Parts: sequence; C-alpha cells; structure tokens
Amino acid sequence: MNAKGRVFKYGDNVDTDVIIPARYLNSSDPAELATHCMEDIDTEFVKKVQKGDIIVADKNFGCGSSREHAPIAIKASGVSCVIAETFARIFYRNSINIGLPIIECPEAAKAIEAGDEVEVDFDSGVITDVTKGLSFQGQAFPEFMQKIIASEGLVNYINSKN
Amino acid sequence: MGMTMTQKILANAAGLPEVKAGQLIMAKLDLVLGNDITSPVAIKEMDKMKVNGVFDKDKIALVPDHFAPNKDIKSAEHCKCVREFARRNKITNYFEMGEMGIEHALLPEKGLTVPGDVIIGADSHTCTYGALGAFSTGVGSTDMAAGMATGEAWFKVPSAIKFNLIGKPSKWVSGKDVILHIIGLIGVDGALYRSMEFTGPGVAELSMDDRFTIANMAIEAGGKNGIFPVDEKTVQYLNEHATRDYKVFEADPDAEYDEEITIDLSSLRPTVSFPHLPENTHTIDEIHDMQPILIDQVVIGSCTNGRIDDLRIAAKVLEGHKKTKDMRLIIIPATQAIYMQAMEEGLIKTFIEAGAVVSTPTCGPCLGGYMGVLAAGERCVSTTNRNFVGRMGHVDSEVYLASPAVAAASAITGKISCPCELGL
Repeated sequence: MNAKGRVFKYGDNVDTDVIIPARYLNSSDPAELATHCMEDIDTEFVKKVQKGDIIVADKNFGCGSSREHAPIAIKASGVSCVIAETFARIFYRNSINIGLPIIECPEAAKAIEAGDEVEVDFDSGVITDVTKGLSFQGQAFPEFMQKIIASEGLVNYINSKN
Repeated sequence: MGMTMTQKILANAAGLPEVKAGQLIMAKLDLVLGNDITSPVAIKEMDKMKVNGVFDKDKIALVPDHFAPNKDIKSAEHCKCVREFARRNKITNYFEMGEMGIEHALLPEKGLTVPGDVIIGADSHTCTYGALGAFSTGVGSTDMAAGMATGEAWFKVPSAIKFNLIGKPSKWVSGKDVILHIIGLIGVDGALYRSMEFTGPGVAELSMDDRFTIANMAIEAGGKNGIFPVDEKTVQYLNEHATRDYKVFEADPDAEYDEEITIDLSSLRPTVSFPHLPENTHTIDEIHDMQPILIDQVVIGSCTNGRIDDLRIAAKVLEGHKKTKDMRLIIIPATQAIYMQAMEEGLIKTFIEAGAVVSTPTCGPCLGGYMGVLAAGERCVSTTNRNFVGRMGHVDSEVYLASPAVAAASAITGKISCPCELGL
C-alpha cells in the first residue's frame, strides 16, 4: 500500500478544534465536514487540497478532543496520509479505526517542506521526499493495522473477519 | 518489578496476573460512555457491525450534553438519534434533558463510576473518573461502537509519571491551579501516551471536586489517564453515591515510573493559562505586573469546574458584588442536582444579584457551541479546559483558563484578577 501527494505543512500541537471546529459538529457527514477541514488554521487548505495530498506536522498532532470527526474530515478531504513527529493518542487510535493512514517520523517531519512531493510505503514505513531526493524510515504498520486501513476502518475489518 | 495503580487495574480487567508498559491487552469494560456529538457517529458504525444489540444495557451511559438542550435542527437530529438508540436498546443510563448534566460531573454523582473500573468514553475528558481510583480514558466513536457491541477494548499498557503532592494549598488555590501549574510545567504533550498518577500526603488536602478537576485535565497534558489513590474522602464520596461494589487497587511500592515530580501545593499560586495553549501559564502575581488584561466575558462551569465546590467559591467571591457593566457573566451548574443544591444554598440568588446568566447544565460555551460564543477580538476568562484558536467562537477571540475564584473576581473588576485584590 502506498500514498503519494503534495505536502501541506503545519507546526506543533495542531488541535482537533482547528482541524474541525466544534461549530460544525452538529453534522457527522464526512463530505460536509471536509468542507471545513483545517479552516481555523489554514483557510487555503480546503481550496487547494487534492486527492492524495499529504499533511506533515511537528509534534502532538491531533491533540484535544476525542472527536472522530477530525480524522474523518481529513480523510474525506482527500488526504492520503498524515506524517508527524508525534500524534496525540486518541487521534492516533481514531485515525487507524477509520482507515486514515498516519505515521510517526521526527526526521521526515523536520525535513519535508510545504509543496514537496512525498511518497509513503506503508509496508516498509519508508517515506520519500521526491522533490528533495531524501528518504526516511518511519514506523511500519503492523499487519493488523494495515488490514484495518485497507478495509477502510475497524468496523469493516471486524465484519470481514466474521 | 511492581505495577503502577493503572497497570494493576488493567491487569485485573484483562484477567492477567501481571502487565508491563507497552504490552497490548484486551480488557473487559465496566462502562462505555457517549454524548450527543460522538454517539451518533458510534451508532452509525454499530449499525454496520454484524452484532445483536449492545453487550450490556446497564453498562452504557448516553448523555446528551454538548449541544443539548438542542441548539439547532441538526443538533436536534443528533439528540433524537441518541434517544431512539437508547430506547431501542433499553439503555438504563440514558439521561434526558431535565435529568441530565455534563457527563463527567453526572456519572460519578449517579454512582456509575467506582474505583477499579475500566471505563471508555467517546469524549476526551472521560479521564475525570481517575479521581475515584478508576482507569478511564477518552476514545473515539468507533472504539465506543466496538465497546458497546463487545464490552471489551484493546489497550497498550501505559507507563506513568508519578506526581508526589506535598503541602497544603493556600487560600484561593484550588485543584484547577494545581493542574494548570502541572501542564505549564510538563507541556501539552508532557504525559503523551502515559498515566499521570497523583500520590503523596498532599492528596488528603484536596477535596473530591479538586481531584475531579485535576484528573479531568490529564488529557490537556496528553495523558492517557490521570488517577488518584482511594482514601477516606473517596470512601465518603462513594458511601453517598456508589450504586455497586468496587475494588480498590494500589500501586506496588516498587512500581516503575518514567519520572517522579514533586509538587509542593503550598507554593502554588492562582494560575491562568493564556491563549492558545493550556501550557501557557502565568501566576496571578506575574499577571499583576503586566498591563491589565481586559475581558468581555466570564464563564464558570463545564466538566472541569461546574461542581458544587466551584460554585460555592464563585459565590463567596461574588457575594455583595456586581459584575462590571459590559461584562457577560455566565454560570452553568454541571448537573441538575448541583443546580438544585446551589439554589438551596442561596448561591443562585448571589449569582443573579451579581448580574450573572445562570443556565441549565450544558457544555455549550466551552467548545463554542452556544450559550456564550465569542465574537472577533473578544476575550473570555473561563473555568473550562481548552483555550485553542477558535475554541469558544471566532478564530480571533481569546480564552484564558482559570479557577472559579479568579474567574469570579475577574467578572467584578473587568480584568484578570485575584479575589485578594477585592480584599477577600
């Protein structure tokens, strides 16, 4: 499994309130949530994001609330992967559970810049910055997590096993 | 090697004699919780699962509190979805408006959370019940769905930071100041993936409401859970509230901790978190030396600080005073029982005479939902838990996190203030 796309770059402590502000949580429709994704930190994101694009950020990405609407909004906006130095734990769990691939790699988070073309190989955990010609070793997904992501989330994965 | 308090609870729930940090376990759940924002997503996920209803109708709690009473048509649809699910599955602990409260104040009050429990909730402040010696942690809606269906959840066993509390807090220093001080010390990811275990002789100096406030904000340091030992005050609380038997766990004397931090409660001062992160803390003395920080709104309430002790402190400060003319002072008791008690004690009268708006329980303003949304350029001193960009409304508004004492004093002076500035 691979992801490839252009990078949107953010800093430390990107919280779930800026990923999807609570004023839009009266909806749980992924497509509607996606239209407000990252709105309070980057008004250009929704206008510019294309299918396959990648978010790269520094530490503690997804901190704050447990709203699953946050990874849902990111996934529904077309983002194929989030790379960060570290993730807040509830966001990490939620992302895997809904089938949004996320990967921790401090070196990649530091070196990759906005607009770079980046490729991620989920089997090996290798992250390649095609623009810069650099490669980084991120944490590879264990097999069960890959299967959850490939099934588009935990529920489908559980159903496919039964 | 011994186990931490959290590890012992998890080992028990997993049916294992021992667990170690980093180990993946499957644990039995004593309670699964959701609110009106997270439950509809969980219900939708559960509908997709090939299961026959919920694992135990008595071990699920559904509390419409965020945008309830319904703030708009979409919120009404969400609440309706939760209500119908509760009815369909005969959920014992569904709390309709008028019986409800803010989930993390309500469930301990109803005796549904007891020591030794393993609790997951689709709300990040589920960590509150650690005040009672339970393991409780926030999860997302899909985990909630799986928990409701199977009664189990997988966990990675956390390592821990031990906070050794010593000394006695001075006047106007509360649980809120303790936890804001700690978050300022270790940062918003200082306890990432880990337990925060509070221990030491200082624990006895903290009321149960102080402990709920401290455990509640463990998530604001990135923690997986916050947990307190069970002592006389806990037992007294449980005697008044608990609806079932419980098991008390203690950390082993030789338990391994990543770090040990000593906090002298007597040295703490009223503390305020500046925008836009809870770790941006300043003491009231530092603020005193700055240009006055003028404010437009004060909110006293939420799962962090909407309990009876919080309201009593606010009333003590507000008694005989009035808010400044242009101030909006919003006070929200966290549950119906707290509301009633505040009324019987005359606190509500004090609030209204001081010029406050008093509302039925709701999370509303904390997350910029309703009942106190901020306009561009406005500043709010709030007893809530987060001050992120846009948290309470406009992206250009600001939230300062503080204790009920500081919030109440600030409503009277119009700037961030300590009650001591009022001669109290």
